[in-house]
Amino acid sequence: MTALAATPHPLPAKPKGKLVPVLVVTLALIALWYVGAYFMNATLARDAFLRAKKEPTASELLLATYAMDRPLLPAPHQIVAEIWKSTALTPVTSKKSLVYHSWITLSATLAGFLSGALLGLILAAAIVHVPSLDRSLMPWVIASQTIPIVAIAPMIVVVGYNLMNGQMGFSTDTSRFIAKALISTYLSFFPITVGLVKGLRSPDTILVDLMRTYSANRWQTFWKLRMPAALPFLFASMQVAIAISLVGAIVGELPTGASAGIGARLLAGSYYGQTVQIWSALIAASVLAALLVWMVSLGGTAVVKRMGLAR
Amino acid sequence: MNRNRGHIQPWIALVGLIALFAMPLDSADPARLLVREGPAGWALVAVMAAAIIAAIRARRSLVAAGLLALAAHGGAAMAIGLLPSLAGHAGSGFWALVLTSWLLAWALVTELSEWPRRPGLPGLVLSLLIPFLFGLWLLILWQIVVVVFEVPFVLIPPPSAIGTRIASSLPILAADFRQTFLKAVVAGYAIGCGSGFLVAILVDRVSFLKRGLLPIGNLVSALPIVGIAPIMVMWFGFDWPSKAAVVVVSTFFPMLVNTVTGLSASQPISRDLMRTYASTYWQTLFKLRLPEAMPFVFNALKINSTLALIAAIVAEFFGTPIVGMGFRISTEVGRMNIDMVWAEIAVAALAGSAFYGVVALAERAATFWHPSFRT
Amino acid sequence: MTGEGTSGKKSESPAIAIAGLSLVFNTNDGPVQALSDIDLEVKRGEFVSFIGPSGCGKTTLLRVIADLEQPTGGSITVNGVSPEEARLARAYGYVFQAAALYPWRTIARNIALPLEIMGLTRADREKRVADNLALVDLAGFERKYPWQLSGGMQQRASIARALAVEPELLLMDEPFGALDEIVRDHLNEKLLRLWDRTQKTVVFVTHSIPEAVFLSTKIVVMSPRPGRVTDIIECGFPRHRSLDIRETPEFLAIAARVRAGLRAGHSYED
Repeated sequence: MTALAATPHPLPAKPKGKLVPVLVVTLALIALWYVGAYFMNATLARDAFLRAKKEPTASELLLATYAMDRPLLPAPHQIVAEIWKSTALTPVTSKKSLVYHSWITLSATLAGFLSGALLGLILAAAIVHVPSLDRSLMPWVIASQTIPIVAIAPMIVVVGYNLMNGQMGFSTDTSRFIAKALISTYLSFFPITVGLVKGLRSPDTILVDLMRTYSANRWQTFWKLRMPAALPFLFASMQVAIAISLVGAIVGELPTGASAGIGARLLAGSYYGQTVQIWSALIAASVLAALLVWMVSLGGTAVVKRMGLAR
Repeated sequence: MNRNRGHIQPWIALVGLIALFAMPLDSADPARLLVREGPAGWALVAVMAAAIIAAIRARRSLVAAGLLALAAHGGAAMAIGLLPSLAGHAGSGFWALVLTSWLLAWALVTELSEWPRRPGLPGLVLSLLIPFLFGLWLLILWQIVVVVFEVPFVLIPPPSAIGTRIASSLPILAADFRQTFLKAVVAGYAIGCGSGFLVAILVDRVSFLKRGLLPIGNLVSALPIVGIAPIMVMWFGFDWPSKAAVVVVSTFFPMLVNTVTGLSASQPISRDLMRTYASTYWQTLFKLRLPEAMPFVFNALKINSTLALIAAIVAEFFGTPIVGMGFRISTEVGRMNIDMVWAEIAVAALAGSAFYGVVALAERAATFWHPSFRT
Repeated sequence: MTGEGTSGKKSESPAIAIAGLSLVFNTNDGPVQALSDIDLEVKRGEFVSFIGPSGCGKTTLLRVIADLEQPTGGSITVNGVSPEEARLARAYGYVFQAAALYPWRTIARNIALPLEIMGLTRADREKRVADNLALVDLAGFERKYPWQLSGGMQQRASIARALAVEPELLLMDEPFGALDEIVRDHLNEKLLRLWDRTQKTVVFVTHSIPEAVFLSTKIVVMSPRPGRVTDIIECGFPRHRSLDIRETPEFLAIAARVRAGLRAGHSYED
């Protein structure tokens, strides 16, 4: 391989950025949204004018589709206005504040994620070191990736809630919190276990043999070789885990008739046909998810960079 | 693993076996001993003793494994058989029996784990048998603990009750499966994966779209998409099309992102090769880039098989006609029919792993050439 | 390449004619002069080797001939036409450093790949695949997958794939670079016999002096920074030669001249 063959294609003067295309595509999607909102709401808007015994002009109809109380598809600016109203203009402690609801969901997500990660770490270390666990337990951990575990969420919430609130004497809020965190724990520990086992096994035989030549014990091999090698795998699976952890917390808010949290907002919005409220809860959930995943990936990049694995 | 030290389980099991002679099965009736339970009791003790000796002395032998299996599961069968007469007042002898049987099972799993991994059918049977034993003992211990401690039925029902419930509710379970899986999941999965794949090929041709859509697709893949369920219910009604729509949206983006990544996975040398043949865009696409993208496409298909079922079940929590797996789970939880919930979960788990299994088999057949499958 | 006129012109023109050719890469660290003022003519039926240290542009020059890179100055013709026209006419076969066989195709279907792209009928494809597999001694391995074969066999299959196009010109980029010495010697002999039998023109990139001297009728010595030709050596060995000639004084003399050329052109600034 000659040195020049390594960069065989003449490079353009400036590397192509991502920012402009992403902005253009986002703007195009928003424009598409407005068009879609018109067509989806037009019938409803026309009906409203009919009831008022008024014949709308085209522009009146257009404006009406973007200003409805319960549109089929709210226009983006309506959602932005609702989010502004329920975050900046509402005190954080109020039950109408989106920040309050987001915090309720976020706290359960984080508690569940952290305990899930800890559990996953312990289990992965055990699986890597105990052959009989590897061959008996690991297949179940892998198989559990393929089944819809969220299906048990309602049961954990209801049964766990009743157990903790009724028999153990926890307060209503604490019980709900623990139940949701339990679901998040359960959902997030599987990907972390699988990713970590893969990572802990990733060092080449030659590196493990090197540790053997130093007659390093298992503990030293684990902390000096296996764990550092597993970190990139750990962060990759933590990104998956934190996203699914948030889904778990939201789903956990659906069945108990909980009145707080993003899931509860979604459910309430769907009961009363408050589409704008549903969409703003959805956006809040998306922002939360993006932030969480971003933070984990930031941590991952930092760690990988410090280890000198990234270029 | 060339550890030569023996295992400790058979020795503890030996202690347990000796304890069986002295400790009563029933805390309310000190005279009730295993050895007084008739010939079955004696036979069990004899087999257990033989198994312990075999486990301690002979390693990696079929006879030892067979004796261990017989003793462990004979003990489990005996314990479960005694359960109805002991619920609530099990004695120390009963626990010694359970403990001894469990230790023997553990010794069996350890023994089997140390057998060399063999290719072909025996290896496959062994690699399935070990996790099967683990699962079986989870069920056995669950059954024993729940019955002996008289755990409230609404909290955790014993596996036997769930089994009975499955057997008696087959028509309902089948109807739910049809509604959720055969209609919503299959339709949504096919449309979502298919359109994601086609859009990816389209996006791949336009570099601007690729750079613009890929980061957005990556972001959307991480979002809690199931949240759109209430909106889809509003748009497409209560029946399965709204669930299928949620499935479409959930599966579209992973497929898009994976396929686009896969389409640029081909090596520069392979693309140069096609260029020396003056190959057209479509020839390169079909003969090089799509085959090279297949492992990525199947990765998305596997991820999506799980996502699709999750999306359909969760979407049903937001409102359905009175049929469907998600609907059944949320309503039966409300009625405290926990055994029915477990039955539905068992069906969901079975459907999920079968779906994944089918996709994984198709992957094996289609990407047999990939380094991860070569033999 | 159809019609009497073009084929008449074809037979007159040299296989490759290069005059004043240069190529500048724009890299992140600024422009790099990959090839500078190259003049070279390859006659039909010749076996020409490019030899030089890493970074001398020998692979780049081969890629320019194959129209995989575009020169930034000078002129080049392949079979009397531009490299792009030659590529579109499938005038050459290219053998890469790696075998670059597609793992999802059997050996036979890998060799049939260029034939499928050219739109040959099934019967034609099967005949050419069988012929060329026999030519590289791989008959019987049709149904094997590339990853079931050794490195030397894979590289032979990739040569068969290049030959299946039935080109007059064979471009080879360090095809045996990754193989061990014994396999390499064996394949060198085979390649030489193939060249003798088929009367093709071969352009061969290598960094092994014995390989270049043994195979070539003409050796082009190149040196880096900027990539340029420092010496062109004609070797007059008989077409039928065996590995034994490597012990002869003539062989050693040419090898010494190549080594001297490489040393003279080498810059010691680093």
